[in-house]
Amino acid sequence: MDFNDSPAEAAYRDKARAWLEEAAAAHKAQHGEPKPNTPEHMAAAKAWQARKAAAGYACITWPAVVGGGGGTPIESVIFGQEEGKAGVAYGYFTIGLGMCVPTVMAFSDTDTKKRFVSPAVKGEEIWCQLFSEPAGGSDVAALRTRAVRDGDEWVINGQKVWTTGAHYSDFGILLTRTDPDVPKHKGLTMFWIDMRDAAVECRPIHQMSGGRDFNEVYFSDLRVKDSQRLGEVGQGWQVALVTLMNERLAVGGSAGPNYREVLELARALPGEDGPALNNDAFREKLADWFVASQGLKFTRFRTMTALSRGQTPGPESSIGKIISANQLQDLANTAVEMQGEYGVLTGPEAAAGAAFQQSLMWAPGLRIAGGTDEILKNIIAERVLGLPGDVRVDKDVAFKDMPTGR
Amino acid sequence: MDFDYSDDQKFLKDEARKFLSGRCPPAVVRGVLDDPARSHDQALWAAVAEQGWLGAAIPEEHGGLGLGRVELCAIAEELGRAVAPIPFASTVYVLAEAVMAHGSDAQKAAILPRIAAGDLIGCLAVSEGPGVLTPSALSSKVESGKLTGVKIPVTDGDIAHTAIVLASEGGKPGLFLVDLTGAGVKRGTLESLDPTRGVARLTFDGAAAERLGAAGEGFDLVQAILDRAAVLLAFEQLGGADRCLEMAKEYALGRYAFGRVIAGYQAIKHKLADMYVKNEVARSNAYYGAWALNASTLKENGAPELPTAAAAARIAASEAFWFASKESVQVHGGMGFTWEVDCHLYYRRSRQLSLVAGSPRLWKERLVSELEKKNAA
Repeated sequence: MDFNDSPAEAAYRDKARAWLEEAAAAHKAQHGEPKPNTPEHMAAAKAWQARKAAAGYACITWPAVVGGGGGTPIESVIFGQEEGKAGVAYGYFTIGLGMCVPTVMAFSDTDTKKRFVSPAVKGEEIWCQLFSEPAGGSDVAALRTRAVRDGDEWVINGQKVWTTGAHYSDFGILLTRTDPDVPKHKGLTMFWIDMRDAAVECRPIHQMSGGRDFNEVYFSDLRVKDSQRLGEVGQGWQVALVTLMNERLAVGGSAGPNYREVLELARALPGEDGPALNNDAFREKLADWFVASQGLKFTRFRTMTALSRGQTPGPESSIGKIISANQLQDLANTAVEMQGEYGVLTGPEAAAGAAFQQSLMWAPGLRIAGGTDEILKNIIAERVLGLPGDVRVDKDVAFKDMPTGR
Repeated sequence: MDFDYSDDQKFLKDEARKFLSGRCPPAVVRGVLDDPARSHDQALWAAVAEQGWLGAAIPEEHGGLGLGRVELCAIAEELGRAVAPIPFASTVYVLAEAVMAHGSDAQKAAILPRIAAGDLIGCLAVSEGPGVLTPSALSSKVESGKLTGVKIPVTDGDIAHTAIVLASEGGKPGLFLVDLTGAGVKRGTLESLDPTRGVARLTFDGAAAERLGAAGEGFDLVQAILDRAAVLLAFEQLGGADRCLEMAKEYALGRYAFGRVIAGYQAIKHKLADMYVKNEVARSNAYYGAWALNASTLKENGAPELPTAAAAARIAASEAFWFASKESVQVHGGMGFTWEVDCHLYYRRSRQLSLVAGSPRLWKERLVSELEKKNAA
């Protein structure tokens, strides 16, 4: 057991690091370091993606003929680590290049691929994924957005929700219901759509955390050509599974403060008897957070090891979000409680720049987004441990006859 | 990145599992459990010695196989899975490791070959009563090379040939090697939560004692010994926790209630998923511990990572085994509470392993103290 790169990996890391050092400096000289969610930030992100693509560092595992790097998964992980360290990682392209464009590549004709893949790799066009709906969250296949055939076109009406990046995306992949007379999984069809079409309207969602990071997307008689269909009519669920399988290997750490920040807070904060760090109950929690964080870090190392050996990673990476999301909530709440009444403050007077208060308000979303705790546990139970699925009362019922709540 | 067992280590682990499934089925564990006169399974102990496991990490010059600590971790994982009723931890993780780390050349030559050959069982005698032993409360004493005092409880103290004893000499705590077969030693066997492991009271009245490691550093030496042992114990705990999850899963897949298999109910599925999550956190921390332990044996001054890595491995493994063993009983329902079903073997062993080298709470405190130091630096 060791943490060192193999000679080939070390050589790749050196090469990537050397390129990043020069490229990041040139990039920052040109674009500075603009604030997130500004047009300047987006312009910088697109420029960086183009720079990477020109050097073969965008979509590293994709073949060079489509604009990728022709590299291996472990090289992709190594580059991602070094890119993060260089402070030039942007998130705008993750969903498109990780999930949407691979689906387009798998299910569309040569012309469509030619049209879309290269611009996406270069960061010229951004994609979003339109799956979740008010009536279909954990149960995505219960979605209601209707696509009705009209000659060589389809007419789409309905609503999506929690669509990351819908407002800045150029295109999206859209899962629709084309046949309500068959059971829910069998009546779905996937399309790619132009997000700039006038029949598509994005409305930001006001989250409990106060921010507006996600969107509702409405379709009012959106007309798409049949050639925009991805996969066969009625095969949308199978296409969606391919999208979800393409979800990138999660190798990044979780956002928000960790045990180090809360340790520093506790060291500075007065407690009952000296600094709050002296409190036994707090110390026990701190140890638990450290152990869980280390557990996640080394689980990622195990995944990397499998990639490094040319093997398929095991299912162990599925534990990541359950742990990190719950831990963030517990850690943030403990840090806030530790401050006593002062912990309610979120303005400029707040301790640690209100980072813990922000995490406290953000954590509930993290426990839901990308698979709720409960769905993730089902996935571990069914796909990892091989336990049977739940009894499905809607399996043989036509979608239109399924009972619905509010 | 190479953060997993190597192919050779996996092979060793697979072989160990095959060997133990033949030599240490639950009937062998129960043979010790059900007979108060038996402290361990002698035939299994002899067979394990025959396999070379006792000397796996002992250098060849001292009669061992000279393998690394990661190989020893692989064996430990399988011993934990099988709830092996033998004094392996006391002899190998504690005595052999302590002598290799802190012993003189003469002590190494005297003790290590006998351990490797299966002729010597060890034990660690620190505790003198309930709660945490502090330097001021330490009452065992060595004067002119003679030890007096009472140690209770001492795991495997009923059968061990050699003990490492914490005692004060000239008012300063030190560690001493004591031949338990010599004069001035009385043993009393005690009842415990896990009867598959022996526990004793050792009463010393002028027993010959020979210092191990530097004078006056007894408590630091105990901690250094426990750092090493904690990593190896974590692998035993991990092996046990994995087996609990398997048993619970097998039972849930075969048990019907309300017209369907109980493994299909989310209350059961989520419980098993929780076990899986804790076991994987324990595995990843244990692997890091294995790396740090192995690194510490390869460098002159040890590995600075070991104290934190050992603490994290022990905390995660203790939590995983406790959770898996108690929830495995729960999944088995009423059957899980019977003597006949094996759940309680693991429930008992999970307690024994969590208590034997300092409770998880003590390790959490040690971990946070280390983090404080590290972050201050």
